[in-house]
Amino acid sequence: MIAFFIKRFFQAVVVMFVISLISFSIQDNLGDPLRELVGQAVSEEERQALRDEMGLNDPFLVQYVRFAKNALQGDLGESYFFKEPALEVILNKFPATLELVIGATFIIVLFSVPLGVYSAIKPQSVFSKAVMGFSIVGISIPVFLTAIGLIYLFSIELGWMPSYGRGETVEILGFWESGFFTQDGLEHLILPCFTLASIMLPLFIRLIRAEMMEVLQSEYVKFAWAKGISPRRIYFLHALKNTMLPVITVGGVQIGTMVAYTILTETVFQWPGMGFLFLEAVNRVDTPLIVAYLIVVGAIFVVTNTLVDLIYGLVNPTVKLAGR
Amino acid sequence: MSDTSFQMDPQPSAWQRFKDSHFFHSFKIDRVAQLSFLIFITYVILALGAPLLSPYDPYDLSQVDILDSEIPPSWEEEGDERFYLGTDAQGRDMLSTILYGTRVSLTIGICAVLLQAFLGIVIGLTAGYVGGRVDSLLMRFADIQLSFSTMMVAIIVLAVFQATFGTELYQDLAMIMLILVIGIAEWPQYARTIRASVLAEKKKEYVDAARVMGFGRLRIMFRHILPNTLSPILVISTVQVANAIISEASLSFLGLGMPVSQPSLGSLISSGFEYIFSGSWWITVIPGVVLVVLVLVMNLLGDWMRDVLNPKLYKG
Amino acid sequence: MALLEVKDLEVCFGLRSGAVKALREINFSLERGERLGIVGESGAGKSVLGFSILNLISRPGYISKGAVNFEGQNLADLKPHQLREIRGNRISMIFQDPMMTLNPVLTIGQQMVECLLAHRKMRESDARKIALQKLQQVQIPSPETRLDQYPHELSGGMRQRIVIAIGLLLDPDVIIADEPTTALDVTIQAEIMDLMLNLCEQNNVALILITHDLGVVSEVTQNMMVMYAGRVIERGPTKEIINDPQHPYTQGLMNALPQMAQAGQKLNQIKGAMPPLQRIPTGCAFNPRCEYVMEICRHNLPDSTVSGNCRVACHMVAEMKREQAMGDEV
Repeated sequence: MIAFFIKRFFQAVVVMFVISLISFSIQDNLGDPLRELVGQAVSEEERQALRDEMGLNDPFLVQYVRFAKNALQGDLGESYFFKEPALEVILNKFPATLELVIGATFIIVLFSVPLGVYSAIKPQSVFSKAVMGFSIVGISIPVFLTAIGLIYLFSIELGWMPSYGRGETVEILGFWESGFFTQDGLEHLILPCFTLASIMLPLFIRLIRAEMMEVLQSEYVKFAWAKGISPRRIYFLHALKNTMLPVITVGGVQIGTMVAYTILTETVFQWPGMGFLFLEAVNRVDTPLIVAYLIVVGAIFVVTNTLVDLIYGLVNPTVKLAGR
Repeated sequence: MSDTSFQMDPQPSAWQRFKDSHFFHSFKIDRVAQLSFLIFITYVILALGAPLLSPYDPYDLSQVDILDSEIPPSWEEEGDERFYLGTDAQGRDMLSTILYGTRVSLTIGICAVLLQAFLGIVIGLTAGYVGGRVDSLLMRFADIQLSFSTMMVAIIVLAVFQATFGTELYQDLAMIMLILVIGIAEWPQYARTIRASVLAEKKKEYVDAARVMGFGRLRIMFRHILPNTLSPILVISTVQVANAIISEASLSFLGLGMPVSQPSLGSLISSGFEYIFSGSWWITVIPGVVLVVLVLVMNLLGDWMRDVLNPKLYKG
Repeated sequence: MALLEVKDLEVCFGLRSGAVKALREINFSLERGERLGIVGESGAGKSVLGFSILNLISRPGYISKGAVNFEGQNLADLKPHQLREIRGNRISMIFQDPMMTLNPVLTIGQQMVECLLAHRKMRESDARKIALQKLQQVQIPSPETRLDQYPHELSGGMRQRIVIAIGLLLDPDVIIADEPTTALDVTIQAEIMDLMLNLCEQNNVALILITHDLGVVSEVTQNMMVMYAGRVIERGPTKEIINDPQHPYTQGLMNALPQMAQAGQKLNQIKGAMPPLQRIPTGCAFNPRCEYVMEICRHNLPDSTVSGNCRVACHMVAEMKREQAMGDEV
């Protein structure tokens, strides 16, 4: 277990190093911090003096070390637009995005497992065929179109759901603005969560079905039938546990896609999360904010991949990490 | 092995062999595959013929009249016969922009996939054939590349590019950038599959035979192994073009893809989005449907090919 | 009444191109404690037969005709939950490859206990005790620790011992062993086979041994059946068939055996290969490979004829019998 975490830690360090390098070169090349700070009306000599003073004329490596030092202390610079520490601005939006992802994940898990399993067990039934038809249509519709479709139907035509924003939130634990605890907040969550789930759900249904069908053909499942144990135990213990191994791996890979799709979803619903903020920052060339976003996303990658590996290790006994 | 298999049949023509193949036979009995293929071909013809078929040239600003903006399709009450599918917010004819948009979307999708396939095949063949350290290094690289999803990489690269070089230069280079980004980000899909097939093929006797006969590595790879990996390439390519089109549309929707002046289906949908609240649904909905149908038929074709060409799924 | 009686069993596989018969006109019976060998080349339908006894053929296969009577009950007619009471309990199976037979994500203990709990009302701790006992019977070292181990932590031979232990868990009446030692190292094959035979004998369990190894069959079984292209072409007491094979195919199999040939004599292999199920020739399925082929063999399927204690499906044998009978009359 300890070895696992040490290995993971070094991987994390490498990943964060690469991301910080990329981020820093963006910061170095993107826009002119001087113009943001002092405007256009300053003469060239004064600019050069300022550049020297700020260390902008130092060699790349010196600048990078300075950047990394500050970054390690949580200082990623100040957002040009908000005039606040960039990391703080990003982290303030973190709960909104996380709640969106949690809601979507909940929907994905809730539907994909039973639907995938059912359509693997009874591949010829009308319902399975309907599920498969739905899922191929589902993967063919881009996220933003799903979002637009849902807004058009439920917000504009039917007027059942709000079309943008987070609605009413309450503060929990002192720092977390949550939409889970008010009716208004939950109503605002429904459409964005279904949108974000819409691209992953069909993917996972298809994946679970395919893996499950393969597992059901395996010798050990046949042997389980020959032992005379109940179908429920065969499907949901013998087969499902083996099915979930590749599904967990793919799930880990899909986290990146999920983060990317939060940007799209948040844009359509004007959801005040990190993705929406990032896109605004891109349009405003707010470099520190862009960099902060990249670093936070990098950290999310590292953490979630570690979690996925942990879960995989717990489910799959052939992987040794707990040292049993 | 029956004796007859050793007799040399007179070589039938390629077309004859294709007509007798399992592939063609399965196509003949599958309605969905036929319909999908028909629709896909229609799309390709429309895209190729866009300059001839469209009633207006959406790139020519002199043909556009802002007074014609937001006219609904001609079958609606306020429709105008000149514009069969209505007009967008700038007064451009929807039918023309959609034809051109399809052309742009398909071009980007296909070119990006060609790039992916090229990179993936070269890397996958190398990894599979050379093996050893080269193999594990390349596959490690592929894993990392995959875990940063295409969309994420594309959004970041395009965003940074746009911020660095300004919107104007970006608009000129948008198409090439999209092809490059989507093309480079997805090569592991191919590389992995090719590598797996190469490893499987490598074990077979004909490769040994070729090596014994003294053929060089490159020749063995490209002349002997590659042709045997064609079915998985065909299957992936279909699905990958669909994915690339979706990616392109999503990026354009975010304003990181094709500019409004040279719209793809994605940027058309994007530009219509703000008008959907005022009731001008057609600016968004029609290109949306066109996009979804295109992607859907490609996915259906991909699924069908996977079933036909990969009998592994149907082991009894 | 025989313990197990298979009557005119036919199994089909529904493929896109139409139904293919994998088994045809299978007839045999099995007494308590009897050992029956089923031999044939791979693809002859031996395994399908083994699975169809417990109605375990997976789609697109199905029993299209005939009956499998176990203590007078036709297993082919039973409802799924009734069948479940028989499977693993009265009739159990041992599969070919122990590497694939055990579920990789469940412990040995879980896989043994679940089988007991499915058939007997008992506490889990009691089930564990029985599992432990059975592990001792199959001579597994330190059985207590094995219960909490996963399959990948054990060797192939060890796993097959566990599979045998699971097969014997509920003291069944019949064990169907499908090539139980083929996947193992040659060095431990005999050991595992002996263990299985001893345990069957001790518990008076009837054994159906499916194998392509004529040597093993001749050593350990009382009766045997030879299968070819989905049919039984010869069946009877093992000794008689080994000493005096009647069907040209069985003769061919014997001639190909090293231990049957004399030193210096060339081994005779049967020419050609068994046809795939979709392309079984008309008439006798063996006719393209048979050295005694007659015109009738190409058109008519031979019925099975009684010859001594055996039954043989061959036109040549039938004709010889007819001539003999006529000769007797005269």
